[in-house]
Amino acid sequence: MATATAPRTADDEAYQRTFDAAVAADERIEPRDWMPDAYRATLVRQIAQHAHSEIIGMQPEANWITRAPSLRRKAILMAKVQDEAGHGLYLYSAAETLGVGRDELLDKLHSGRQKYSSIFNYPTLTWADVGAIGWLVDGAAITNQVPLCRCSYGPYARAMVRVCKEESFHQRQGYELLLALSRGTPGQHAMAQDAVDRWWWPSLMMFGPPDDESAHSAQSTAWKIKRHSNDELRQRFVDICVPQAKSLGLTLPDPDLRWNEERGHHDFGPIDWTEFKEVIKGNGPCNEERITQRRRAHDEGAWVREAAAAHAAKHSGTAAAHTGGRTEKEVGQA
Amino acid sequence: MTAALALGDDALVLSHRLGEWMGHAPVLEEEVALANIALDLLGQARVLLSMAGDEDELAYLREERAFSNLQLVEQPNGDFAHTIARQLYFSTYQHLLYAELAAGDGPFAALAAKAVKETAYHRDHAEQWTLRLGDGTDLSHQRMRTACTALWRFTGEMFQPVEGLGTDLGALRTGWLEAVGAVLRRAGLPVPEGAQSGAWTAGAGRQGLHTEPFGRMLAEMQHLHRSHPGASW
Repeated sequence: MATATAPRTADDEAYQRTFDAAVAADERIEPRDWMPDAYRATLVRQIAQHAHSEIIGMQPEANWITRAPSLRRKAILMAKVQDEAGHGLYLYSAAETLGVGRDELLDKLHSGRQKYSSIFNYPTLTWADVGAIGWLVDGAAITNQVPLCRCSYGPYARAMVRVCKEESFHQRQGYELLLALSRGTPGQHAMAQDAVDRWWWPSLMMFGPPDDESAHSAQSTAWKIKRHSNDELRQRFVDICVPQAKSLGLTLPDPDLRWNEERGHHDFGPIDWTEFKEVIKGNGPCNEERITQRRRAHDEGAWVREAAAAHAAKHSGTAAAHTGGRTEKEVGQA
Repeated sequence: MTAALALGDDALVLSHRLGEWMGHAPVLEEEVALANIALDLLGQARVLLSMAGDEDELAYLREERAFSNLQLVEQPNGDFAHTIARQLYFSTYQHLLYAELAAGDGPFAALAAKAVKETAYHRDHAEQWTLRLGDGTDLSHQRMRTACTALWRFTGEMFQPVEGLGTDLGALRTGWLEAVGAVLRRAGLPVPEGAQSGAWTAGAGRQGLHTEPFGRMLAEMQHLHRSHPGASW
């Protein structure tokens, strides 16, 4: 970490004390406040990865928009994918308050220097996968993100409040989709069960490596970016899902899953961390397709962004009123 | 309800085409905007199809020849300029039409009162992009010009009479030409000169005569629903 070795001035040390005191008092750190370089770098990494996950996460679901089996479901799914683009926008804005540009972050995503959530490297093979993603993947995301609403960095915490509200909608819609399938024809029920069987373990992996192997955990906890450990949140998620699966009339694909009276929690079987590491390394089922599609959309859209920038330059002064500041600013940098 | 079906099919089919953009838009803000327009149109389609019968039966169980949407809205997305040209032509038409229907007291007045606000937004979005692309770079100008010309021949159909609509669509033509012409001129684009009718006779989509890409679009849209007869979702 940069701050550990950098020579320090008396001013820096005073700033550090103010920062530490603010974090200790659960106050929010704001963009203009002094913050340690490593705190800034960690937040940029985490918020960017979060933003990237929102926009890559549009793909597995958008895959079913044109095939949604009823107009009501199609409308719900379109609204959801639209929300995800919106979440990406909030999160890139939050990252930008730390002094990085959206274009720079997108570059890093496109070149593989920044990651996105491993879960989106799994394919959506049937309509029921849309429900499983809503129930399990969004459910896991919410479990992870609700504590972030209290994270020490103000812009990130506020973005999370908005994101979590919409995500809990999506989660309920996913649950309701699966419920309709589970209570439907035998073919629909089988489709729902198969989707849950495929998405359960990858969803548990969304909480990250076990506590004793989690590289960033200790520091993030000290900075109050992270409030609970990976394993704690994973356990919380399992405990929530078990009764929900039961009321869905579906089973979870884990023979070791059972209530442990002593712990007051469900015990569950071992996670295949080899698979997790492979997916993180880029060897998951859809890593290649996801990043290729993202790059293609960006590259094929270059002429559109250039046109908007050229138009804005010709009409500077009047253009902003027509187009809204953000698009213009973003394309202006492209 | 011939008219409800015609207007409903227009909205349904264009919404579907816009949905194909999701995850592929040139900039994140356009993911939001195109999805937003697609959702508005799908909402209109659901109201209109429900006036004519069961929305899902009508959307998923009719074959190509029974759809009465304009050929314009079924045209593939093409590049962003084609999508914008299609949207400019159609949103201008839809906005003028819904403004008129909202002012009347026919069966479509209530729907039109809401839709006119949505289509004003769609129209503005298409106009602003027509200006940016037409008056942007040389490349974007050329692409926008190609797109406007390519889709021009599908525009005449919009003004063919629709039974039961209670309004004279032919009378919208002058206002539409003026509005679209003004946007194209501001964008530095020529108003296309070709005929405003397609390979079929004018009014072809309304009579269930569609272009070839439409069948494939329907196959994708209907496949899952048709694979589980009688299921509810």
